[in-house]
Amino acid sequence: MEVRGGETTGRDGVLHVDISKRRVQAERSFDLHLACQVPAGITILFGPSGAGKTTLLDCLAGLETPDAGRIVLGESVFFEAGHGINLPVQDRRVGYVFQDLALFPHLSVEKNVEYGLAKQEGAERRERSGVLLEAFGIAHLRQRRPREISGGERQRVALARALVTNPCLLLLDEPLAALDAATKSKIVEDLRRWNQTHGVPILYVTHGREEVFALGERVLVLDGGRVLAQGTPHEVMTAPRIETVAQLAGFENVFEARVAAIHADRGTMTCQLAGGPEIETPVVRGEKGAALRVGIRAGDILLATELPRGLSARNLLPGKMLAVTQRDVIVEAKVDCGVPFVVHLTLAARDSLQLQPGREVWLVIKTHSCHLMAR
Amino acid sequence: MDLQALWLTIRLALLVAGILLVLGLPLAYWIASTRWRWKFLVEAVVALPLVLPPTVLGFYLLVAMGTRSPLGRWWQSLTGHALAFTFEGLLIGSILYSLPFAVQPFAASFAAVDRRLLAASATLGAGSWRTFFRVVVPLSWPGLVSGMALSFAHTLGEFGVVLMVGGNIPGATRTVSIDIYDKVQAFDYAGANHAALLLLLLSFAVLSLVYAVNRRIWMVSPWK
Repeated sequence: MEVRGGETTGRDGVLHVDISKRRVQAERSFDLHLACQVPAGITILFGPSGAGKTTLLDCLAGLETPDAGRIVLGESVFFEAGHGINLPVQDRRVGYVFQDLALFPHLSVEKNVEYGLAKQEGAERRERSGVLLEAFGIAHLRQRRPREISGGERQRVALARALVTNPCLLLLDEPLAALDAATKSKIVEDLRRWNQTHGVPILYVTHGREEVFALGERVLVLDGGRVLAQGTPHEVMTAPRIETVAQLAGFENVFEARVAAIHADRGTMTCQLAGGPEIETPVVRGEKGAALRVGIRAGDILLATELPRGLSARNLLPGKMLAVTQRDVIVEAKVDCGVPFVVHLTLAARDSLQLQPGREVWLVIKTHSCHLMAR
Repeated sequence: MDLQALWLTIRLALLVAGILLVLGLPLAYWIASTRWRWKFLVEAVVALPLVLPPTVLGFYLLVAMGTRSPLGRWWQSLTGHALAFTFEGLLIGSILYSLPFAVQPFAASFAAVDRRLLAASATLGAGSWRTFFRVVVPLSWPGLVSGMALSFAHTLGEFGVVLMVGGNIPGATRTVSIDIYDKVQAFDYAGANHAALLLLLLSFAVLSLVYAVNRRIWMVSPWK
């Protein structure tokens, strides 16, 4: 078999993946068995957290090694377990925009973008990076360091840095997660325009259901390390089997649970969250002891710093603050109630509540904010 | 003031710091990046000089440098003279004795570099050398400066190892610390005080540099 690294052009390079990988982590082991084909154009990689999206991207980039199988892009074999082929990361020509961007903090915006052009002459390097800096509207930031520019600008720099090398495959791990809708669609337009001339497969990871319809020509749905479905967003996202996954992906909080008691007369039931508290949920068909998943949106949870009284909401969970992080204009609070909950707050709410880690808090969740899904 | 001893000490300390930069970088990088299960043994060996009495290290070095050991014989056949009680012998002893002072700050600063940045560098086509010099070294330079300054300062002040493997040969192995000891033995307290004060000030200056470098980084770029 001929192995070629750097020379393949992007055009018509279809990505063939058939890999398996076993990961043993602290609490649970995780099996990934993925087989898929990705043609040129944007393919959305969709699924709940822990579905294996980032692991797949890392395997494609060469940052992780699958246990078995093969990865082929066009004519170049990235990985083939049987033949002992494992092309080093730096020879794969894969553009990768990481979830945390991983811009080089000690280099200016310009130097970050030029980083991948080490083999080019100085003049050509400046020209190629200049074109992308202009195209992404960040040319005026050339001399700034990554910490001196805004979140949206950083995302553009990361994208420009990955594109400037003319990669044969582009991997985007939730690259626009923290951006507002307008900025997001602008960047996606830039990306589409770029790919009209380059025609490479682009894998775009997202959690957001609405992004699937807005961006992708194709969608690949992952759950539990398997490909659950692939096709156009419309075909895939409306198929009943996928609905669970699609719904699941829209929830920041998903818990394994068991039905502890059913109160048919009141239209509710009590569910025991695995390793956590009991909560009251709407009643669904199912019997006592049945296993299901409970999804709760982070924005549907109220957070109180004193024990609230006289509420209509039936679920009042005591907990401890774990951490507060800011993602653009949303503040994400992690609260330990036996199981970790994610709660979204506004900036103003964070400032007035003084939520330092370790603080006692209460979470208020309406019965009907608990969405039940079959497993 | 014994200027010859002072010059010899500074030359020794500079050479030790320079050679430890060359030897310590790959060793520290290996320690920071390997997943080898027995790595802790290597780390323990590197740290030994921190706890070992200098006389113990000096004694084994003396034995290793003697003409009955393979190393000593090899050196003798190469240069025509023995390794013990020469400047070269002293240099080897000092390098081993200051090894942890260079390698530990190096390794700690390498380990603090975000692994995602290394991954990003690789996906942008950089091999491990380029990644090392363009990303790892620039992001860990306070650790590199600290390691070199500490090994320099530590060599300035060593006494036991010098006495064991170097003896007291003016111009070859007689360092300032030995000079101070001799002066005290000879009741020349004024002379000892001069030399001691000089070492004190020099060491203080070097340590101030170390802390200034680390403090500046902390103040200017709280990157989180």
